[in-house]
Amino acid sequence: MAHRSGPSGFLLTTYDTAVNWTRTRSMWTATFGLACCAIEMMATGAAHNDLARFGMEVFRASPRQADLMIVAGRVSQKMAPVLRQVYDQMSEPKWVISMGACASTGGMFNNYALVQGVDEVVPVDVYVPGCPPGPQSLMHGILTLQDKVMSGEITR
Amino acid sequence: MSDTPNVVTGDLEAPTTEAPQELSESTSEVAENRREVHDMWVAGSEEPGWMRSYTDEGAQEMLDAGDEPVQEIYRGTVVTDDFIEDEPADDDELQILNMGPQHPSTHGVLRLHLELDGETIRRVKPIIGYLHTGMEKTAETLTYMQGSTNVTRMDYLSPMHMELAFSLAVESLLGVEIPERGQAIRILLTELNRVSSHLVWAATQGTDLGAVSMLIYGLRDREYILQFFEKTTGLRMNHNFIRPGGVAADLPDGWEEDIEQIIGKVEQGVSEYEELFNGNPIFRDRTIGVGVITPEECKALGVSGPIARGSGINWDLRKAFPYSGIEKYDFEVPTGKHGDVWDRYIVRIEEIKQSLGIVRQVLETMPAGDYRTEDRKVTPPPRKRIDESMEALIHHFKLFTSGFKAPAGETYRAVESPRGELGMYIVSDGRERPWRMHARTPSFNHVQALPTMMTDSLVADIVATIASCDPVLGDVDR
Amino acid sequence: MSIYSSLADAFPSVEFEKVLDPPQDVAHVPAADYPEFVAAAKTAGFDVFADLCGVDYLRRDPRFEVVLNLLSYSESARLRIRVGVPAADPKLASITDLFPGANFYEREAFDLFGVVFEGHPDLTRIVLPDDWEGHPLRKDYAVGSVPVRFKESPKAQ
Repeated sequence: MAHRSGPSGFLLTTYDTAVNWTRTRSMWTATFGLACCAIEMMATGAAHNDLARFGMEVFRASPRQADLMIVAGRVSQKMAPVLRQVYDQMSEPKWVISMGACASTGGMFNNYALVQGVDEVVPVDVYVPGCPPGPQSLMHGILTLQDKVMSGEITR
Repeated sequence: MSDTPNVVTGDLEAPTTEAPQELSESTSEVAENRREVHDMWVAGSEEPGWMRSYTDEGAQEMLDAGDEPVQEIYRGTVVTDDFIEDEPADDDELQILNMGPQHPSTHGVLRLHLELDGETIRRVKPIIGYLHTGMEKTAETLTYMQGSTNVTRMDYLSPMHMELAFSLAVESLLGVEIPERGQAIRILLTELNRVSSHLVWAATQGTDLGAVSMLIYGLRDREYILQFFEKTTGLRMNHNFIRPGGVAADLPDGWEEDIEQIIGKVEQGVSEYEELFNGNPIFRDRTIGVGVITPEECKALGVSGPIARGSGINWDLRKAFPYSGIEKYDFEVPTGKHGDVWDRYIVRIEEIKQSLGIVRQVLETMPAGDYRTEDRKVTPPPRKRIDESMEALIHHFKLFTSGFKAPAGETYRAVESPRGELGMYIVSDGRERPWRMHARTPSFNHVQALPTMMTDSLVADIVATIASCDPVLGDVDR
Repeated sequence: MSIYSSLADAFPSVEFEKVLDPPQDVAHVPAADYPEFVAAAKTAGFDVFADLCGVDYLRRDPRFEVVLNLLSYSESARLRIRVGVPAADPKLASITDLFPGANFYEREAFDLFGVVFEGHPDLTRIVLPDDWEGHPLRKDYAVGSVPVRFKESPKAQ
C-alpha cells in the first residue's frame, strides 16, 4: 500500500488506498447459507482451511453488521425476495460473492423453481465456479474480491 | 416460467391449472388480508415493483387461532419443563415471532412462525419451500444415467445415500445384480457418509447450544472423511459416484491405510466430544427433557431414523429391509428411552461408533472382483476396451448419448440415511427417462414434527430441538 | 400374510398385486373406498405413515394417481396404496385425521399436482409461493427452462 516511504519513519499514501486497505482487511461476512455450498462455506471457516487468516472469520448473522454477502447455494423464486431484503439491509459499502454454479447461473437446475443466476436479484462482484466450490476456491474468490477492492476496480 | 410454450401435447384435454373455485377463494382471501398487513408494516414503498409479484407467502403463514383446527398430535405431550398446564394467555397478549428463513440456527432456510405467550411457545408453524429446486421435475428430463447427478444434490450432507437409494430403485426396475465388491464399496461409502453427516450434526448441535468449539472439532474430523471421498470420487460433495449398475470406479490405491487413519482419528474425536458433552451441565440442562416426541407420535407423523430410535423404536431399515449386502455385517441399533434431545445425542454418537465398526468389517472382508455389473447395456465398458472393440465403442456411445431403457413399472426402494427412511419412488414408462421420480425424504417429516416437539416449551428450546432433528433443507424442499 | 387377506376380504373392490423386489403388496383402491381402506389398514397393523405422493399419467384415465406408502413395524411389511383421481374433478378425501404425517405430503401433492384433499385442515401451497400459477409437476406444465446463450460471452465473439 505504501507509495513512498519518507526518510524519518513517515508513510505516505493516497487516501483512497488507505481506505481500500482498511476495507479489505476486515471484511465481515453475512451468513447466507442456502444449500450445499453453505456446508463448504462452513468448512472454509473451520479448522483445516481457517478463513481467519484473511481477517474475515467473523460470520455475522445480522446483515446490518456485515460487508460481504456470500450467496452460497441455489436461490429459489421464493427465496429471491428474502435475499434482496437481506442485501438491502446491509450497510454500504457492501459486496456480493456468488458461490457455486447454482447461485451464478442456476447450475444444472434450469427449471421453474430457481432464479437463473443471483445477479438477476443483486449485483455480484465475484463469481466462484464449482459444484460446490471447495474451500480453496472460495478463498480464491475472496482474495480476488480483496484485490479488486484494493485496486480500486470496484468503487462504492 | 409458467408461460414458456413447450407444453406437452396430449390427446387428453388439458385441465385448468387453477385451483378449484371455493378453495382459491378462501386462500386468496387470507392472502389478501396478509398482503395488507405486509404492505402496512413490512414492505413500505421501497420494495421494487417486480418483487411484489412473488413475495406473497401470505396464506402459508399461520391461520387465526380460531380458524385452525389444532390436532391433538401437534400439541405434543407433557414434558417436565413444559408449560402445557399453564393458563393460556388472552389472544391479544400472544406475540408472533418470525424466525428465519435467514437465521443461522435454522440449518438453512427453514422458517418458523411462532406464537409466544411470554417465553412459552404456544403454536409453531414451519414454513418451507425456500430451497425448492424442482428436482423432481428436473429428474423427468434426465436419463437414468444422469439421474444420480440430480439426486445427490438433494440431501447434501448424505449424498451417497441419495445416490444409493436412486440406484437401488433403478436396479430394481432393471433387475440387475451388483457384484459383491460393488456392494461392499457402496456400504463402505454410505457408512462413512453416515459418520460425516453425524459429525456435522455434532458440530451444529454444539454450536447452537453455545459450544462453538464443537463446530471446529466436528468439521475437523469430517474433513478427513471428505478427503477420502475426494480421493475416491473426485469431489468433496455431490459425488455422483454410486450409479445404477454399481459404482463409478474402484477404490484408489492405498485406501486401506486411509480408512484405518479415518477410523482412528474419528474415534478419538468422538471420545473428545463425549468428554465435552457428557458431563457438561449446560448441555445436559438444555437437552434433557427437551423436544420430546413419543413413539406413537413418531409413527403417526412418519418420523424415522435417530429421532424415532431416540424415542425407543427399535427400527432400522438396514435390519428390517437389508440392502446392498448390509446384512453380512454385524452391528447394533442403538435406542433411547425418553425421546428427548439428549437421547438423540446418545443415539447418534453410538451410531457413529457402529458405522465405524461396519467400515472396519468392510475393510477386513472386502471381496475381490468387479465393482460394477458386467451388463454393458447399463454400465460403460472399461476405457481400454473402447480402443480395441467396435462393440464396446457402440455401447459406450449409446449409453452416454441416449442412456438405457428401464422396463415399464414402478418401484419404491428405501435406505436408512443418517436422518431416517430415505425412499425413492420411480415410475417408468419404458423409456430412458423416469416418468415420475419422487423422493421420500426424512427431513420433510421431521420438520413437520417440529410443532409436536416444541409446543408448550420455551423459546430457548427451539434451537436445541431443531438441531437435534438435523434437518437438511435441501432434503426438505428438493 | 394374514393382514393382507383380512384386508382383501373386507374390501372386495380393492385389487391386490404382489411385488417381489422389494417384497411388498400394492393395493389399487377406488377413490370412494380410500379413507375406509386406509383406516382398516391402520387397524390391521400398518400404523406407520411413510410416504404420499402424486403421479400424473397424462393420457391415462383417471389421469392422476395418489400413492400412499404405509409401513408396519411389527410385521416388517410395506403396503403401497394407489388411488386414481380423475382430471375433471381432482378431489380425494384427506387422511390427515388418520395419519397427521400426511399433512405436509398432501399439501405438497396439492401444490405440485393440484389434487384437492377434502377435509385437510390447511390446504395451501407449501413449497411454492402462494400466488404461483399452475401446478408444476403436471405433465402439461413446462419445465420452465430458460434458454442458455453462450454467444454473449466475450470469448466467443
